[in-house]
Amino acid sequence: MAQDSGTRTLISHAQLSRGRGRVIYWTLLAVVVAGFTLVFLGPLYWMVTGALKSGQEIAQTPPTLFPQDPQWQNYADAWNNLDLAKLLFNTFYYAAGAVLFQLVFDTAAAYALSKLRPIFGNVILGAMLATLMIPAMVLIVPQYVTVIDLPILHINLLDSPFAIWLPLVANAFNIFLLKRFFDSIPEDLIAAALMDGATPLRTLWSIILPMSRPILGVVSIFAVTAVWKDFLWPKLVMPSPETRTVSVGIYAFAGGTPMNVVIAASVIAAIPTVIIFLVFQRNIMSGLTTGSLKG
Amino acid sequence: MAITTVPETIRKPGRPTSPYRTRPQRTSLGRKVRDNLTGHTFLIGAVLCFVVFSWYPMIRGVVMSFQRTRRGETTWVGWDNYVRIVADPSFWTAWQNTIYFTLLALVFGYALPFFVAILLNEFRHAKGYLRILVYLPVMLPPASALFLFKFYAYDPSEAGLFNAILKALHLPTSQWMQSPEMTMPAMVIASTWMNMGGAVLIYLAALQNVPGELYEAAELDGAGIWRRIVNVTIPQTRLILALLAMLQIVATMQLFIEPLILANGAGAEDSATSVAYLIYQHGFFQNDLNGAAALGVIMLVVLAGFSAVYVRLTAKQD
Repeated sequence: MAQDSGTRTLISHAQLSRGRGRVIYWTLLAVVVAGFTLVFLGPLYWMVTGALKSGQEIAQTPPTLFPQDPQWQNYADAWNNLDLAKLLFNTFYYAAGAVLFQLVFDTAAAYALSKLRPIFGNVILGAMLATLMIPAMVLIVPQYVTVIDLPILHINLLDSPFAIWLPLVANAFNIFLLKRFFDSIPEDLIAAALMDGATPLRTLWSIILPMSRPILGVVSIFAVTAVWKDFLWPKLVMPSPETRTVSVGIYAFAGGTPMNVVIAASVIAAIPTVIIFLVFQRNIMSGLTTGSLKG
Repeated sequence: MAITTVPETIRKPGRPTSPYRTRPQRTSLGRKVRDNLTGHTFLIGAVLCFVVFSWYPMIRGVVMSFQRTRRGETTWVGWDNYVRIVADPSFWTAWQNTIYFTLLALVFGYALPFFVAILLNEFRHAKGYLRILVYLPVMLPPASALFLFKFYAYDPSEAGLFNAILKALHLPTSQWMQSPEMTMPAMVIASTWMNMGGAVLIYLAALQNVPGELYEAAELDGAGIWRRIVNVTIPQTRLILALLAMLQIVATMQLFIEPLILANGAGAEDSATSVAYLIYQHGFFQNDLNGAAALGVIMLVVLAGFSAVYVRLTAKQD
């Protein structure tokens, strides 16, 4: 039944694969698989099918499991009335820029901190890591004030994608992840490149980056999901209907739009991130677990 | 928020320093300056972003909290903003609600993922599937997930999903978000469902590092499953448990989008008002950015207090 080679956990394999233990194991597994499917997939099913129900059907008791007369119109209305195409395009655009800016600036910074190690490098790293402990809500007001009147330059970044892209570069967690990964690349490789007369930029481009594809993938995924999931910041800095992100747009319309249509819009908004997750779930899982917690 | 922050110090002792800096044949001053220059050039983009969007706003927030801006004129008003903020009756309600939420979220959002991770770690089948399921809600935009709860699960009529289930089980139904008593528990349920995936994954990774021999030994000594959890699993994952407790507190104290979407802000009889929501209210509705900044500073001080206690406690354990 099970591989007997795996590491020993709380309960021994032997106990789980014999007699009573075996029955309990399979029963529990079945219960958990069924329970988790209900708890985590059930609501999503409810959401997708709920958006297909008519207003009367939604209010019906007991609720129906399948939409009696699927109202595809709800999805069409959501798409058209909320201008979801525009909202989705905005969100994609912000996400793509966020990936680009974070990859360029955070990778360069992590490379410097890991391999070039300039003086005060550790102080700078410490000051970056310290920001991890500062809750976003604490900074929201001064950050907003800064964005509407950038110091020295006196530029107003409201409705400009830079208001989303640049603050995301100041992401200590990404720099930390990247630096940890770069730390694991042997110094000899870099010394060898140096012997061959490679500049630091060349070393980064031709040696470090090709070796770092997994971690770059993880950082990119985090950047995309951060933009997709963020709510308050884009709500504040993208006040115009034309520049809104999809989450903010749905919220803005929720007041005067029929509930089914709001839910249909929510489903459409969730599709891209869920697809990204399902495609990249291996990378996300390993990114969350490796390179972080070897306590 | 997926809990992914790991502020663990990373300097490995005895690691050789950079070849750019210590190559024996070229340690001339000129070389050193040039290498340092290169290093700092690579840092500049990220550091500028930190300066403008993180470090400077930090200081500015504190300064703003002591100022008042009227018709473009900024004056120093000392503790006035703080006095005004604290005198506002919703200040205390918001703190009460936030702390209540944080405590409830510690029970659900913190303990539950740990036990889920222990359970999943025992399974030899369907592990990947279960991991994906738990993490799936983390990938939904929070607004999407919360509208789902608001309109379907917490519908106070009997057509609502939760009420339909309760009714089928012959249990009393609830008004959910329209009942002040249920507001917080309902928000915690939604929030836990949305966010627990991240914690489960981190716990799963931690559980993989627990040496199997310890369980073996405990079992030989006659320790049952529960004893093995208490005496082996928990001590062995102590560091991560402590870290996630801290992060969970910081994350839940920022409760914002749940009240905004589920309860339209304040909720029934102010039962949903949170400190973060109050910051938003003051800053962006009452045009009182200075008051909001003061609230932010208060929140920071409270959280710093938590961190200090936490560091104390964990330092003592070691």
